Formats: sequence, C-alpha cells, structure tokens
Amino acid sequence: MTEPVLSVRDLKVRFALPGRPPLRAVRGVSFDLRPGERLGLVGESGCGKSTLAMAILGLLPPTAEVSGEVRVEGRELLALDERARDTVRWTKVAMVFQGAMSSLNPVVRVEDQIVEVLSVHRVARGRAARERAGELLEQVGIPARRGRRYPHEFSGGMRQRAAIAMALACSPRVLLADEPTTALDVLAQAQILELLERLSEQLGLAVVLVSHDLGVIAQSCHRAAVMYAGEIMECSDADAVFARPRHPYARMLVRATPTLDDGEPIAAIPGAPPRLDARLDGCPFTPRCPHAFEPCRDERPSLAARGGEGAVACHLYRSAPAVAAPQRETA
Amino acid sequence: MSFDLVTRPHASLGGPASMRARALARVRRRPAALLGGLIVAGFVLVAIAAPLLTAHGPGTRVGPPFAPPSAAHPLGLDDGGVDVLSQLIWGARVSLLIGFAAAAVSMLVGGSLGLLSGYFGGVVDTVLARVIDYFLVVPVLPLMIVVAAIWGPSVLHIIVIVGLLLWTTTARVVRAQVQSVRERGYVRRAEAIGAGHARIVVRHVLPQVGPLLIANTVLTVGVAIFAETALAFLGLGDPSAASWGAMIEAAFSGSAISAGAWWAIVPPGLCVAAVIIGCSLVGVSVEDALNPRLATSHLSRRTFRLIRDADD
Amino acid sequence: MSPLLEIEDLAVSFAPRRTLADAIARRGPERLRAVDGVSLSVEPGTALALVGESGSGKTTTAMAALGLVRPDAGAVRFDGQDLSGLTHSQRKRLRGRAQMIYQDPYGSLDPRFRVSQSVAEPLEVHRPGLSRAERDAAVVTALEDAGLAPASDFLHRFPHELSGGQRQRVAIAAALVLGPELLVADEPASMLDVSVQAGILALLDELKAKGLAILLITHDLSVAAHHADRVAIMYLGAIVEEGPTATVIRAPRHPYTRALIDAVPRPRAAGEAAARRLVAGEPADAARLPSGCRFHPRCPIAIDRCRVESPLLRAPAGDAGRCVACHRADDAPASGRAAA
Repeated sequence: MTEPVLSVRDLKVRFALPGRPPLRAVRGVSFDLRPGERLGLVGESGCGKSTLAMAILGLLPPTAEVSGEVRVEGRELLALDERARDTVRWTKVAMVFQGAMSSLNPVVRVEDQIVEVLSVHRVARGRAARERAGELLEQVGIPARRGRRYPHEFSGGMRQRAAIAMALACSPRVLLADEPTTALDVLAQAQILELLERLSEQLGLAVVLVSHDLGVIAQSCHRAAVMYAGEIMECSDADAVFARPRHPYARMLVRATPTLDDGEPIAAIPGAPPRLDARLDGCPFTPRCPHAFEPCRDERPSLAARGGEGAVACHLYRSAPAVAAPQRETA
Repeated sequence: MSFDLVTRPHASLGGPASMRARALARVRRRPAALLGGLIVAGFVLVAIAAPLLTAHGPGTRVGPPFAPPSAAHPLGLDDGGVDVLSQLIWGARVSLLIGFAAAAVSMLVGGSLGLLSGYFGGVVDTVLARVIDYFLVVPVLPLMIVVAAIWGPSVLHIIVIVGLLLWTTTARVVRAQVQSVRERGYVRRAEAIGAGHARIVVRHVLPQVGPLLIANTVLTVGVAIFAETALAFLGLGDPSAASWGAMIEAAFSGSAISAGAWWAIVPPGLCVAAVIIGCSLVGVSVEDALNPRLATSHLSRRTFRLIRDADD
Repeated sequence: MSPLLEIEDLAVSFAPRRTLADAIARRGPERLRAVDGVSLSVEPGTALALVGESGSGKTTTAMAALGLVRPDAGAVRFDGQDLSGLTHSQRKRLRGRAQMIYQDPYGSLDPRFRVSQSVAEPLEVHRPGLSRAERDAAVVTALEDAGLAPASDFLHRFPHELSGGQRQRVAIAAALVLGPELLVADEPASMLDVSVQAGILALLDELKAKGLAILLITHDLSVAAHHADRVAIMYLGAIVEEGPTATVIRAPRHPYTRALIDAVPRPRAAGEAAARRLVAGEPADAARLPSGCRFHPRCPIAIDRCRVESPLLRAPAGDAGRCVACHRADDAPASGRAAA
C-alpha cells in the first residue's frame, strides 16, 4: 500500500470569541489521502468542511486555535512557523477557494497572475515563467493566448479554470478544492469536474473536494467523508455512501437529495444542527436521529471501519456487522 | 403540517436591535468617541446655560479695551472692553445655533436629493447627480463669500448659505446607500406586491439610511461651524450676532495683535477648533461603528495558534 | 380546464446604456434579447418548471408573467385577461392573484420587520379596509399554511432569529396571505441546505394539491423531476423542449436537454464515465445570437441546416404531448441516459 501523501490526525479547530464560549468548528477529524486519490468532504453549511480545508493549509485567522497533526509527505505542517509553512504552501499543497472566480485580481491579466505565482515561489522567472503559464492554461483547457486577457473577459467557468491553473503552478501533490463548482451552471460544473478528474489521473494529484452536493462527490471522488457538526460521521467509497449509506445522518442526507429518478420521494431532515459553541457530549446527531438510543447521548462514537465497507461513527454499528442496521441491498 | 423546528439565533447576523446595541458598544469602546461626545455636549450645555453662567448680557462693557486677564476677568477684555469669557459663552449660542441649523438644512436638502436620486435612478438620477457634481466642484468658501456679499448678512441668510453649500457630501452618501438598499430582496418584493413609492421609502429605505445620515450630519455640524467662523472673520457675518468668528474679527480689526492681546483672539479660535474636533471624533466613530468592514485586521500576517490537546 | 396563465410569443429585450462609441458611430445600443419568442401555459393545480442556466431568460419570463417587465412583443394572459391592456388599478388587483417568491431567504425579508409585519404587508397594500382582527387572523392562517405552526411562536420574531428555511417559509406565507391562484417560485430552495430544501419543495407540492398553479424557475433538473408536472427547457431566451417531466427526462429529444441530463452529477458505472457527452464551450453572448439554431455552435449533432434555419418548436412525429425545437427531433433518439 503506498504511503499517504496527506495524513490528518485528530485535527481540532476552535475559534476564540471575546466574552463567549469558543466556537468548535472542527472536532477531531482524521483521514489519509493517497497519491491520485480523490476524497470528497460532504456536508451542509456549518459542518466545518471549509474550515478543515483552510486548517490543512494553515490559512486560519489569529482567533483560531488548532490542535492535531497534519502531515504532507511525512512532514508535519501545523508545528512549523509561518516562514517554513510558506515553503510547503502551494508547492506541496494548493487550494482552489470558494468563489475562486471572484478572487482573481481584476486589473491584472490572467497570465500575469500565474506568472506572479511562479516567480514568488521561485519556480520560474521571466520568459520561462510565461511559457509555463501558457502550459498551465492549456492544461486546464484555456488556449494560451487567451491568458493575455483580463478576468472580466472570461466567463465564470473559465475563471474557475484559471484559478485551478494558478493552484497547479508549483506542481503540488495535494489539491484542496473548496466548492469549486457551486457558483457555476450545470454544464460548466460538469466541465470543471471532468477537468479535476483528468488532472488528478494525469498528474497523480491527490484531491480533497469539499462540496455540499452529494451528487458531485459521488460522481467525481473515490471516497466520501460525510461531515456533521465538525466530525466525520461516515467515510467510505463514494459509491457506497450514496447507494448504501450507513450512518443515519448520511442516510437522511441521501434521502433529502433529489435525483433524476422521481422514484423515491425526497424528505427533509427535521430539526437543526447543534450550536458549535456548546459542549457536545456523545454523538452530535442524537437530537435528530430516529435511531438514537442510550449510549448516543453520552458516549461519542469513534470513526472505525466496520463490516468491511469503510468507516462509520455510530453506536448502531458497534456490535457485529450482522446485527447492524438494515441496508438497502446486500453487498 | 407542523415541524419540530429549533430556532437558532444567527449570532453572526444579529437583528436591528442587537446591531444597534453592538454598534453602540463599539462606539462606547472607543475613547475618541466618548471624548468627542463630551466636548460637544459640554459646549452645548454651556451655551444653553449662558444666562446662569455670566454676570452680564452679551456685549456689556465692563472696563478698558484689551485689559489683560485678571481675577475678575480670567480671559481679560476684548476691544470693546467686554469680558472675553462671557462673550465666549454667549458666542457659543450663536456659533452652535448656526452650526446645527445649517447642518439641519444640509441634512434635509442633501438627504432628500440623495434619496430621490438613489431611489428613482434613471433620468432623475442623471440630472441630480450632475447638480451634485457641479456643487461639489465649485469652491465652497468663495461662493459663500459672493452670496453673502450680495444677499447681505443676517443669521438666517448665513444658515441658509452654509447649509445649501454643504449638502452635497450628504447627498452623495445618502444616494450610495439608497442605491444599495434599493436592490435588496425585500424592497424588490415590496415593489412586486404593488406597494407605492411612498410606502417603500418610508418603511423600508429610510430606516436603513437613517443611521448613516445622522453620522454624516454630525460631521457636517463641525464643517458648518467652521464655515460660519470663516464668514464672520471675513466680515460677512451678521454684525448683531456675536459669534466666535465675530469675536476674532473684532479683535483683529481692533488691532489686538499689535496690542499683544492674545486673550481676545486665541480663546474663540480654540473653541471653534475644539467643537470641530469633538464633532469629527463622534461622527467618524459612528461611521466606523456602522461599517466595521473598514477595519483592515484581515490584512495582518498573524496566524492561528497551535495548542496541545484542545478539549472537545 | 383553461389555463390560468398563458404566455404567447413573448419577447423581452433590454437596451444597455448607449456608450460614447455608439454615439460616435451613430448606431443604437445592441438590444439584449433576454426572451425571444416564448410560449407556455400553466393550469391550476399543476406545476410547470422552467429549467435553464443563467442567461437563459427564465427569470425574465417569470417577471413578465407577473407584469413586472413590459414585453416588446407577445401576450401574457392571466385568467384570460391580457396584461398589457390593463389599467394601473386593474394591474394592482392582479398582483393579488399572482405572487412571487425569491431565491434569497436572507434578503427577502426586511430585517427591521417582525414576521407578523412582513406577512401583513401585502394585506396593508391591497386590503387596507381590513380590521386589525381580520388581518391578524389572515397572517396566522398564512403562516400555518406555510408550515410555521404554531404561528404564535413566530409572529414576534425578527428574521435574524430564524433559520434560512424558516425565513423562506415566512416569505411564502407573505405570498400566500392574499390567497393567490398562481405562485411564481424563483429558485425557492437553491440557497438552502439540502436537508431543508426538501421541506420547502414539499410545501410547494402541498400547495399545488390545494389547487395553486405554480411556475417553478430552477436550474436543477432533479428538482424539476420531483416537483413539476411539466418542464420547459430554455436556452438563450427560447424554449428548446417542453413536455411532461417524466417523459422529457426519460427520453429527451433535444441535444441540449440531453446534455443537461448528462451533466447532472451522480455516481456512474465504470463504463458510463467515459461515455459522458460533454458539451463544449460556453453559451453565446445574448446580444449576439448565433444564426440559425441558437444551440448549433455547441451541438454535437448539428448539420448544415442548423446553421442557417432556426428550428420551430413543434411536436415530434408520433408524440403529441410535447414539443421540441430541433431539426433532428424526428431522428431516432439516442437513449436519454443509462438506467441508474
């Protein structure tokens, strides 16, 4: 088994708020990512998925307190000082941010923005940088000469591609993509997803894809991690999470997601996520879970592999797999 | 069908009452705003209590011209033998009155035109925006001088002149804010329902524009007082109204400088400066408090803290 | 049953500001044809979904349906009455019979209004004669119809005290309080979390069952699949395919519809991934529509005729319940999508 290129252990992020209890946005997340693997972080607003991505890259504000371990190619990131982290950022781990299409500098030509990334990270300068920028643009499906244009002359989909090109400038091993398709139309979304899949396969790039859209994750990722209230509830093969979800929240999330089959009626999840500034003993989904029973309120279930198909954090699966909650079809 | 819904206050957004409370808390936290408020309030109280604080009416001669400060007259006497300190207190009434009144005129004119321009857009906006731009371009003080010289001095004229020439900044600020509120969902919804313009403006637009308008007006008070002082100093003020500017003018033309009578010129100047500083401190603090995004803390290089064993 | 809303050959265009360059060249500004010949109808108790990407003209069509935008050509008829011939007061009365709900639950309620005030506002505008008691009763009924029960829990709250889903329900209550017959919903759930979306859309289903006609604007075919009886696919201002939802999705006849269906992200079997038909390029600039069929530059099956002649929206051979605007609609259709 190849070594994981990204390894996260018990990552916790909390935000200190003046005069109030701290906001615990991420509550102990662990996962591994192998080269060329695409992992999807899926969850609704407030589950901590974007904060988690920012924490991996060390891009949190001064009010954040972080604990845990993040290793990229074996090297621990969180304990580094800012300078050292700068050498790792972008060269080993890069990110495409939410709303990246609006994060391009509107008064600088697209090509020049990529050249800037290249020269800041000392990858290339001058003529060589320009050529490399052209290559990167071609790689994401933008003709190199279009690089001379300004961002406002690009459509939303093309700007998103440009942002991806900037992220790939220093040939990172890991790419974090935070909601890369959210503001795009369906067809542009499909193009971007296809691009990410192709790049990950061609370059052996490991991808963490953050999205609230279960369909996007199910289509484009090898594995899916369902997050709720700052924790991972289920982490298995993406197909399995979509077709045979085991955690009650994952199951309700799948049932709430409309698909093109009008077969199964969609159903909302009653209630609301817990406040993140409260101490949560036990499983955070307990108040809304139809299967909640005694241990759920006090004992936090650990995320562990059960029954041969990925990991679930749920007391229902604590005993032998045969006694586990009903599945839609046998494996 | 009923849902077992848990209502969850959106702490980050806050509502109008809590936003006001937090803005007020931000203002209170700045010593600058408090200081400014105290200064302005102090002057206003003194002006109101003038008859109680002074022994004589304004302009009463009590001794020889430019008598130096003494125990009986802590700031000496001016060119007419009038106690400078009393004159200062009576003068506060005039200066502050003109300042506040002119600012009120400016708020009304600027606010209305900004509102009309921002709300209706189109031709109305084009025309009004041009008007605003022309007024902005014209140098205010020379225009005031010309108008005052032609129209003749009187307190009312001064108030109108100063007010009419200061409304442009208010108009711009209001116009921008109204344009932004105009596009909000609830305003478009009200329009779609068929609500009339008057209703939309009064119930939806004005409450959003109000706070900024007030902050802007406070700043305008400072500018108005300065403008009045300048006009008075140039001899264009109302000769019967002894404002601070008039005091400086009288001292000047009475050769206070060659007589070495600094006490006749400096105190009124300091008062004008103090009131303007006070208004600026309050106005700027309120504006900042209403728009916290002006802070640039996000540009700092500091980053997160790594801690060991965060509890859950 | 006669349709409640009928739109015929609607055309709406916008003229951007004339630039200096235009003035020098002595030409008028190019008009942006947002809607270019759209016809549709909605019957009471049914839902029609207008599906399209941004720039397709779906929102403009919806606004024209409510008389909020003046059309350049074509007719909008509500309950048989043509909107253009109405006086101002007649138009206002019509607003009471057709209401709109918007996409953004966070912007559609005045943050300074309590829930009761927001919901009562339409009553204050349209029925000023109502007594306080009657108005309060109507507000309570509307809130409960929108799923916020008991209403007394919500009447005094401000929007910031409510979640996104609850705010959207308040907006729906405000739309229902006048007892409209037509509800135009512009992406009513797209800004809400998936777990809440289902509730809002289920509410619309309930209202439809009570007899309301719904015009649902969405970019999401899956939403249309679950909540609309008929669907009309729009591209660059025109309808390219229209018919019963299940039929259109199972057996699409227009290449754009097929592309939209293929593009919906969902888990795919190993072989299917390669077969995904990705449509290249971007939609054309609405101010400079392509000649002939507006989709031809991106169409995988375009023929010469498509470049020259714009296809009419008509029923394909042997399939009367739907229409397609494609020269090749009668060719043997490729299968819509592999069975899930």
